[in-house]
Amino acid sequence: MPVTEYAGKSVDVNDEGFLVDSDQWTPEVAEAIATEVGIGPLGDKHWKVITFCREDAVQQGQPPGLRRISKLSGINMKELYQLFPKGPGKLAARVSGLPKPQGCI
Amino acid sequence: MKQLVILGAGTAGTAVANQLRRKMPAGWGIKIVDPEIEHLFQPDLIFVPFGMQEPARTLKPRRRTLTNGVDWVRQEVTAVDADRRQVVLADDGRLDYDLLVIASGSHIHPEETEGLMGEGWQRNVFDYYTLEGAAKLHRALEAFQGGRLVLNVVEMPIKCPVAPLEFLLLADAYFTKRRMRDRVELVYATPLDGAFTKPIASRLLGSLLEERGIRVETEFNAGEVDGAAGLLRSWDEREVPFDLLVTVPTHKGASFVEASGLGDELAFIPTDRSTLLATGHDDVFVLGDATNLPTSKAGSVAHFQSEVVVENVLRLAAGRSPVEGFDGHANCFIESGHGKAMLIDFNYEQEPLPGIYPWPVVGPFPLLAESRRNHWGKLAFRWIYWNVLLPGRRIPVPNQMSMAGKRVPAWAADQQLAA
Repeated sequence: MPVTEYAGKSVDVNDEGFLVDSDQWTPEVAEAIATEVGIGPLGDKHWKVITFCREDAVQQGQPPGLRRISKLSGINMKELYQLFPKGPGKLAARVSGLPKPQGCI
Repeated sequence: MKQLVILGAGTAGTAVANQLRRKMPAGWGIKIVDPEIEHLFQPDLIFVPFGMQEPARTLKPRRRTLTNGVDWVRQEVTAVDADRRQVVLADDGRLDYDLLVIASGSHIHPEETEGLMGEGWQRNVFDYYTLEGAAKLHRALEAFQGGRLVLNVVEMPIKCPVAPLEFLLLADAYFTKRRMRDRVELVYATPLDGAFTKPIASRLLGSLLEERGIRVETEFNAGEVDGAAGLLRSWDEREVPFDLLVTVPTHKGASFVEASGLGDELAFIPTDRSTLLATGHDDVFVLGDATNLPTSKAGSVAHFQSEVVVENVLRLAAGRSPVEGFDGHANCFIESGHGKAMLIDFNYEQEPLPGIYPWPVVGPFPLLAESRRNHWGKLAFRWIYWNVLLPGRRIPVPNQMSMAGKRVPAWAADQQLAA
């Protein structure tokens, strides 16, 4: 399993760059991932999404899908695509230190 | 008299009602609630656009699908009041229940996508998940003189996740037969990162699409449709032009689920993956498309789940605890055109693999490979559906998925081990 260094901290990640253990996540790790994928520095709206994703994942036992984020985080779909371009569901989960959302069966 | 109430008389609800009619102990009544007077055989919807099935032949009177002794309430459900153990009906009537089975399915919501129901709706933009849509699409295909046909899946989950692939493969065969395939460009715009949701099948199905000259636009999340301009736009502002758009719109659970606060953001009901009890309830089962479970929304799943729900309803009625009987088992025929079809068989843990089904060596149905036998299997399923599955008789295939007859292809063995 690959180990990456984010913000001076060793973090276990999978092949797609998602954190293996969401307890290894810190706000600094989020900033470092954001810089790596080209969306940093993170603004207030990014943080609103990240906070929602992390809280929802604890409650639901799985990371929220894109529709759930847009419905419940207060950030609409269009903005989500501006904040986390291309794949907001996946990217928001990655920056939030959560596994890739399953959503697609 | 105690009451078992079943919401929805589609594949799942009807199968449960008819099985339980014979098995329920004395002192229980069975009510099933559904406003529609006809039962639609949904697997035939894929054939209607290509003139391979008459719209009228996909329907049967509901009354004939329900066994004597099952009390059919021809009403719309507006809410479930779980605290009072009551179902609220459109005429404000209430049904008391001791056990509730929710089998209210999933339905398309084209209004969820901006512009989808605009100027182009049913002119150059069609669905085939409703009988009306499929019949209108048939006329549009007959009149189609060539150009770019785009099939777009708006978002997951959808009913029968292989249906978009079937549509494209059948379209390839249809236009080939009409000797105009060279004038038609076929494009598949999907939110997935490949042809299908599971890796090995995705790779095998992806190469089949490529062989047939079907282009796949992956990770395409449709945000807007402009029918007049013939443009499909994604949220990240990619544009796919079309002459004919075939849309698989957003799917949602029943509106009463939303109204009762029972569902998730798409009104699918959180459900225990093994017992099929609704999460947080000990007297409500959910099955078929209505659940939020990570398995296919497909008739085969409804069938396998129906046997588990029947067993668990009987256990609860006898004061026992439910079994963890459901393993996510699904199998689906995939029509691939030219009189052939493929078959996939999988569950929560095991993705679809090549091999044969249901019995090792003798099959007779090859998995993840095209064959005429699979096509005949799919057609034979019509008869099985009306005469065995809906009446609640036993279909002689194992309820849980079996690895017998399946093999991991050499090129995928490493990934499988790693997973």
